[in-house]
Amino acid sequence: MNNSVFNSLETFNINVDEIGVKERASSLASRSIKKNSKLEAIKLAVSMIDLTTLEGKDSEGKVTALCRKAIRPIEDNDIPGVAAVCVYPNMVKTAKSALQGSNVKVASVATSFPSGQSPLKLKTEEVKKTVSYGADEIDMVISRGEFLEGNYQFVFDEIRAVKEACGDAHLKVILETGELETFDNVRKASIIAMFAGADFIKTSTGKVQPAATLPVTLVMLEAIRDYYNETGIKIGMKPAGGIRTTKDAISYLCLVKETLGDKWLTPDLFRLGASTLLNDLLMQYKKQKTGFYQSADYFTND
Amino acid sequence: MTFREKNGYSTKLNGNSAASHQRSLKPKKPGWEYAESPESKDHIIINSKYDLFINGKAVKTGKYFSTVNPANEEKLSEIAYASAGDVDKAVNAAEKAYRNTWSRLSPKERAKYIFRIARIMQEKARELAVIESMDGGKPIKESKSVDIPLAIAHFFYYAGWADKLKFAFPGRQFSSIGVVGQIIPWNFPLLMAAWKIAPALACGNTVVIKSAETTPLTLYKLAEIIQEAGVPDGVVNIISGAGDTGAAIVNNPKVKKIAFTGSTEVGKLIMRSIAGTDKKVTLELGGKAANIIFEDAPIDQAVEGIVNGIYFNQGHVCCAGSRLLVQESIKNTVIKKLKYRLNSLRLGDPLDKNTDIGAINSRQQLDKITELVESGIEEGCTIYQPECKLPSKGYWFKPTFFTNVAQSNRIAGEEIFGPVLSVLTFRTPKEAIEKANNTQYGLSAGIWSDKGSKIFKMVNQVKAGVIWANTYNKFNPASPFGGYKESGFGREGGIQGLKEYLNF
Repeated sequence: MNNSVFNSLETFNINVDEIGVKERASSLASRSIKKNSKLEAIKLAVSMIDLTTLEGKDSEGKVTALCRKAIRPIEDNDIPGVAAVCVYPNMVKTAKSALQGSNVKVASVATSFPSGQSPLKLKTEEVKKTVSYGADEIDMVISRGEFLEGNYQFVFDEIRAVKEACGDAHLKVILETGELETFDNVRKASIIAMFAGADFIKTSTGKVQPAATLPVTLVMLEAIRDYYNETGIKIGMKPAGGIRTTKDAISYLCLVKETLGDKWLTPDLFRLGASTLLNDLLMQYKKQKTGFYQSADYFTND
Repeated sequence: MTFREKNGYSTKLNGNSAASHQRSLKPKKPGWEYAESPESKDHIIINSKYDLFINGKAVKTGKYFSTVNPANEEKLSEIAYASAGDVDKAVNAAEKAYRNTWSRLSPKERAKYIFRIARIMQEKARELAVIESMDGGKPIKESKSVDIPLAIAHFFYYAGWADKLKFAFPGRQFSSIGVVGQIIPWNFPLLMAAWKIAPALACGNTVVIKSAETTPLTLYKLAEIIQEAGVPDGVVNIISGAGDTGAAIVNNPKVKKIAFTGSTEVGKLIMRSIAGTDKKVTLELGGKAANIIFEDAPIDQAVEGIVNGIYFNQGHVCCAGSRLLVQESIKNTVIKKLKYRLNSLRLGDPLDKNTDIGAINSRQQLDKITELVESGIEEGCTIYQPECKLPSKGYWFKPTFFTNVAQSNRIAGEEIFGPVLSVLTFRTPKEAIEKANNTQYGLSAGIWSDKGSKIFKMVNQVKAGVIWANTYNKFNPASPFGGYKESGFGREGGIQGLKEYLNF
């Protein structure tokens, strides 16, 4: 019975007040981050990006270019490389070889991303294959249909099975909060995912609106905090989708800092799933350094 | 169930090191600090001296006192100390303005002036917010997002009522009262002034208002705004001083109504001195609100509500949720979360935009808080304070809470008016109601539960003028505010607030 999802849900109060969460998130988002702390935040945010391309038209050329940018986003030694490149399974080998010798990880979306609507056996196969291609991290999706039907045990078991299939690879569990809709559901799904073996929990695939929002991230961070208090295990967080500006990214950092503390402010425990965000961070970095905005033409589109 | 190794991934990540582009990548120790972000005071004009504002003009007086910035004890300005003679002058001016102009104006004209005040305040909102924080010690984010916008909202709201009073009280005959005397506290100076001046003017009365000793500045800024708005001379008279100034207002026979916000002690004095007169009176006094958290509450948001309830404005709030009643089954969880949250509060320069906890309003108030906290320790309650450094100058007190508190302890019964929370527990809803009502006060309360039926049952039995459910410290000009028992009587805000400024 230890594997029962109900044990994990019983441990936690799962009530979330929507208005309260939104209020708290917006008060944290209004922190005033200026001068040196803005510069530091930008560098930190860059180091936490999962630079993502998840399109049908992705090709080796596109992915290789993205990897170059991931390793060295700009000609400035103060700017770190990003945390990982996130691609479809077919692109993992390409990414792996392009990132050879760097610190940048390869993350890949498996388990019939983005819908997750296929048999578990196929999903675990996909995961194993993707890991064998060299993926360091697997971003899986939960079965939202089963979750919304109340079939929590199914969701729990599926995550466990995928975690097993991952082997040494790191598992991020995508809740697709835009489809779960309520904060109560988000909290419940977060708890299930953490007990089932997630290393990270992640908001969205980026294919459903709304994707990551500050309030939804706050609810997940609070679940992570409760889980940590209960078990002593640190779970990572990854908001993904819709994070486009430096201001957004800094708001997320404030949320993490004041909800989980400084120890979570590392790429090991916090990631930002994004693609266009990187250039805005670089642009703001230059502005902060020189006092002037540069034209978008000076930043590469890879 | 098997758990993964604690944070096992980080070793793996760092193991991959022979990178060709190895750079100053990840910070050695995770973390990142907010830089100072002070609100600019360059645009702020504070005169070195403020005279009384009587009959539309600055009026000199014999005595002046200084007002200081409680965050650094620096003197901000010299303020006129109104004598009994000055009060008479002000009341006479108000009486004349009432007789000759204000009561003869059409309601629409009155509205015009009140709207003007609101709009000019909007234009000067930032300046008002900065001065409010400098004079009173409250965090700039609070004066910018609560004090000033709410004060403006009150003027707008009551401006709208000025020509619609007969719709507020259909079928009833009523008239304005005349000169009203208003005495306001130091915790929300401009906001309390707005709560009092706006409905008084809308109903056709004229005003003599006295600011609190430690926070007179924004009221004199309001005087400038009133001048700029072209409000007829004598309609609003703004004075400053101490207790004897207030007593002179209360005892002046031409003052037909007293509106007071402040301590229960002074409220009782006022009642004694007007006994036997035909003066109308409303009192908004102290409180010792219960913030009741049930086990089925949304706990993380409830913890925010506790923090907002007691540490907002350093606890200088009459409706502060100073008694936490938490259901025994979740006591440990709530206290653990509360401790964690207290450590993330940022105490310091009130003008820094990231400051959560500002300075205590005055030396006197700091002494009172310290004395009561010491009594809590002496009586055997367990104190908790987060680790944070207090600035070397100014008046400061760490956000504090006590566990192991009984109803009979002083800290659980007396109004502390500071950032000090008493944590009590209950087992059943019945016990929660009993404890919540077991106080001489009855101003406000908070109830936290995800169960609607429980909330409605509770609000019908908790004796408090304002009860918040799953939130705390929410204000709106359309919503009446006031107390039961020794928290006073009469309502401010809403239609109910108009009633207090009319004779029926």
